Amino acid sequence: MQFDKELDARGLSCPLPILKTKKALNELTSGQVLKVVATDPGSVKDMQAFATQTGNPLLSSGEENKDFVFFLKKK
Amino acid sequence: MATHAETGIEIAPGTALDRAISDRIDDLLERRLEAKLAEIRAAKTPSMTIIATKGTLDWAYPPFILASTGAALGWDVSIFFTFYGLELLKKDLRKLKVSPLGNPAMPMKMPMGPQWFKSIQWNIPNAVQSLIPAYEHFATKMMKKTIKNTGVAPIGELRSLCLEAGVNLIACQMTVDLFGYKHEQFIPEVKEYCGAATFLPMARDADVSLFI
Repeated sequence: MQFDKELDARGLSCPLPILKTKKALNELTSGQVLKVVATDPGSVKDMQAFATQTGNPLLSSGEENKDFVFFLKKK
Repeated sequence: MATHAETGIEIAPGTALDRAISDRIDDLLERRLEAKLAEIRAAKTPSMTIIATKGTLDWAYPPFILASTGAALGWDVSIFFTFYGLELLKKDLRKLKVSPLGNPAMPMKMPMGPQWFKSIQWNIPNAVQSLIPAYEHFATKMMKKTIKNTGVAPIGELRSLCLEAGVNLIACQMTVDLFGYKHEQFIPEVKEYCGAATFLPMARDADVSLFI
């Protein structure tokens, strides 16, 4: 998937992946896509909830070599 | 005089028109209220108030984790620090300690060594814990090492993230007086020093209010 910025949140625990995602989204403009890579298993549910709450659509959520990979679109 | 079947509101006798209007309003209200309420909910910025009352390294986490996450979700967040919670506003957070003494729920594991060693649960009786010199210092060191190993943020970083995200940090003036603190001991970002009468109206308007 095409993306405009990548955030490496590997090795970070709750709530850091979400906080860093929020910060990274702030640097994007509307319509741009952020890729987030995390290792915290809790981030799968949390990223979904974050997307719903903030209105930034979660385009995809998946696993890649033990990493969790998310694509978020800035609203 | 007739009364409306559901609301009990009195309807002037002989006015069929009034009755028709009343029924029509009921009908419309039912259909529109839900949509209107959803609209109001969507337009309101959610808010959260937290009361932080604990001053140990372990209990420093919940208020800052919840506050920073709430702020990341776009909520207005305020934390009211009272009693031992004021320790979390000190300039230097490195002095926060954790004590396993009298804390039976705290897992006692070593953060270093081979896996079999790390998974040992050390059940040390309270009486023994209390006799070991610098036991708390040792336990705090182990806890900090575990925090680092598991990628959990140092508490100072979490507090900075809260401030950066606009979380309001409010201190209880009564506790400051009670324990003889000086305002200079606390970070300058403390928004205000106040009492219960200031906090409660904030909590009343908040969607989420937590006591930690």
